[in-house]
Amino acid sequence: MAYRVETRTTASSLAAVAGIVLIGVLIAFPAFAGRGLIQDLFFILTMLVLAQFWNLLAGYGGLVSVGQQAFVGLGGYAMFGAAILWGWDPVAALVLSGVAALLVAVPTAFFAFRLAGAYFAIGTWVVAEVVRLLVAQWKAVGGGTGTSLPREASGDMWGQAAIEALFGVRSAAARDILAYWLALALCVATIGGIYWLLRTKRGLALAAVRDNAQAARAVGVDAGAMKWVVFLTAAFGTGLAGGLIYLQKGRISPDAAFSVTDWTAYVIFIVVIGGIGTIEGPIIGVLVFFLLQSFFADYGSIYLMALGAIGIVIMLFAPRGLWGLFSDKTGIQLFPIRRRLTGGRLAKSKE
Amino acid sequence: MTLLETRALTARYGDFQALFGVDIALQAGQTVAIIGANGAGKTTLMRSIAGVLRNAPEQVLFEGRSVGALPADEITALGIAMVPEGRRLFPSLSVEENLLIGAYGRKVQGHWGLEAVYGLFPILRERRLNPGTALSGGQQQMVAIGRALMSNPRVLLCDEISLGLAPVVIRDIYAALPRIKEAGASVVLVEQDIGQAMKVSDHVYCMMEGRVTLSGSPASLSRAAIHDAYFGAHA
Amino acid sequence: MNWIDTIAQGVLLGGLYALFAAGLSLVFGIMRLVNLAHGDLIVMGAYLILLVVSVTGINPFLAALIAMPLMFALGWGLQRVVLNRVLGPDILPPLLVTFGLSIVVQNVLLQGFSADSQRVGAGALETASVDLGVVTLGVMPLLTFASAIAVIVCLNWVFYRTSLGRAFRATSDDPVTASLMGIKPQGIFAMATGIAMIVVTIAALYLGMRANFDPTIGPARLIYAFEAVIIGGLGSLWGTLAGGVIIGVAQTLGAAINPEWQILAGHIAFLVVLLIRPRGLFPRAFD
Repeated sequence: MAYRVETRTTASSLAAVAGIVLIGVLIAFPAFAGRGLIQDLFFILTMLVLAQFWNLLAGYGGLVSVGQQAFVGLGGYAMFGAAILWGWDPVAALVLSGVAALLVAVPTAFFAFRLAGAYFAIGTWVVAEVVRLLVAQWKAVGGGTGTSLPREASGDMWGQAAIEALFGVRSAAARDILAYWLALALCVATIGGIYWLLRTKRGLALAAVRDNAQAARAVGVDAGAMKWVVFLTAAFGTGLAGGLIYLQKGRISPDAAFSVTDWTAYVIFIVVIGGIGTIEGPIIGVLVFFLLQSFFADYGSIYLMALGAIGIVIMLFAPRGLWGLFSDKTGIQLFPIRRRLTGGRLAKSKE
Repeated sequence: MTLLETRALTARYGDFQALFGVDIALQAGQTVAIIGANGAGKTTLMRSIAGVLRNAPEQVLFEGRSVGALPADEITALGIAMVPEGRRLFPSLSVEENLLIGAYGRKVQGHWGLEAVYGLFPILRERRLNPGTALSGGQQQMVAIGRALMSNPRVLLCDEISLGLAPVVIRDIYAALPRIKEAGASVVLVEQDIGQAMKVSDHVYCMMEGRVTLSGSPASLSRAAIHDAYFGAHA
Repeated sequence: MNWIDTIAQGVLLGGLYALFAAGLSLVFGIMRLVNLAHGDLIVMGAYLILLVVSVTGINPFLAALIAMPLMFALGWGLQRVVLNRVLGPDILPPLLVTFGLSIVVQNVLLQGFSADSQRVGAGALETASVDLGVVTLGVMPLLTFASAIAVIVCLNWVFYRTSLGRAFRATSDDPVTASLMGIKPQGIFAMATGIAMIVVTIAALYLGMRANFDPTIGPARLIYAFEAVIIGGLGSLWGTLAGGVIIGVAQTLGAAINPEWQILAGHIAFLVVLLIRPRGLFPRAFD
């Protein structure tokens, strides 16, 4: 038998099947789940999207950004702006969310890439602050106090009426279901897209840069170009997620939309606790985070204190997170990226 | 009296084993030379003794005490100083500051201080306010040696001090060796120049691929034996 | 609008930002560590001073003197127990750990002192001013600026004139070779963070006396400090003061045009400098 280069493993094949089943179940969920559950799932899915993009930046691209809230906020405000000023349907305006984030990401990268390593982190933060302060000057969308989606926009989005009829729910619940489906689509596209990106030649180069920048340079990987690709991709995706989050919330203000705690600190926590530099990590992380959030969020500052402390402890004693611990023990990878040689006489498997 | 000794010393960098049971001994007042080709493990041996690489405690003995597991700063405090390969002067320190920093961990007063080092290498006094890295290679080597002496060591480890220097400069530097020994230091030299090593040492160890392949006093070793130990025996 | 007055106020405000920045600059210079909790530690210092003042009723300056050794010990311990473990070629662990620390400190303060804003009372000093003919300057801003200069002179003296300073520079250049000199890099790092925390305490004193503060204002202080360091050029403390002054002047000028533009103007000045001189105004010759 001839040799074959494969990335597939038994676990990943099973995961693919389970994933397809899971997606099917999740699509059908609104038929039998209550509004609260749909909102929880929406929260999990959007946080997962943010976490996957931050992980792409920091875990694979080595770009530790503390300014991703800029793109969440921009995404939200672009959608609000188009809906309020031009009367666009909010769902259509979501495209603008991604585009607006992308447009701002170009000059941001231009500035931030001048800063090496740790200073990049605070540089992105400064840019996010600048964007927040500028948006707070934008009186047409409420300035510093923010605004709500106009009734005609929030009550009559594309597909909303059909959902109302299909499930026999009221307008607000229908908007939640619509947002949930969009979030599910975005999440699947994000995970699929990142997995695809990492498996392409460029993506493998990215993993090489992560593992050893010097060696990667030596074999001719252009780390500079990959940094741009990763940063712009993450900005676009984060902007889309931001638009979607505020489509569901229906109300926006600069302090909330550009919150470093909500859109960056939590996201970093999710990635770190789950396992940075893996696709599985953020999935585990978001589930852990959601559980902690639902049980302990009422404790307020003590809860946040504990989150920070858990993050520190994980970084000190298990820097590859929960998934890293599990994967090291079992060797299981659900999204394998490494190419392995199979078939032929050397391989033990009978494939 | 045996001042410094390694016993079955092993060292590894991750998966790569660099030393496979090395035994060397340095008698008080003597100079020992370690020769061998590139990659023989000479520098690893020096870094292990100096505490840059950690070992099992009993693999390195200093005055009979097990010191293999101590970190570099504690080894220095005990009285073992190293002139590292490539000199490694501190670029943000002047020549004089480079010398002074050598006395940072000094526990004993002794012969060596700024004045004594300037007496040994007078050119350094002229250059004392220059940044260490602005000097010629030979002068930088003098700073590195002076810096190590500032702690008044019992043992001076010199790693490739003639590497990349002109013969006349090498001669100047080796001319300082007798005065260093007079002041009370015993010396371990790593040298690629076999002739130089034979000339100044009381005992020579030849290393190959992480093992000692030959040892003895310079007079007792034939050229052929050294050649074999250096490059491997004729198969 | 009185331009001279505005600029003079901005220059003096720059002294406060230089105080925020000096500790950050020191720690970065020695161990290439950016402490994202720096701003929160300043705020914590202000609460500590407030606590000492309210318990003992002494003058805030004396209270700061009492707080200094405590803050030094905290910094020393923090470096020893936590930060030394994450130093290395990978920048991610120290960033994430100090980010986590920032959140912990903020919420400890929220829990302990509530979200209400506080102020360290300085009595008559708060309103005292000096009339210089052209401009009238507050005594408090003048004191702040003088303290910034004093701190920079002291730090430079330690750095360039003492055995400890040599050890700082040597360890920063090459920790392995430094250990061959009998220097314990971990101990040097702990000492550096301890000293940075003494500077943080001085910054905290003025932060607390000049304006209201609450547990959430730390990150903004971190950003001002960071901007001052970058504008000045990494590793130059006088450059950091210049950076602080640029941010301060930009902020007061911005505020003079429109009060809502104060913070924004500072950030934009930073971005402009970054655009023109990516390595800052006074970069180190080598790095």
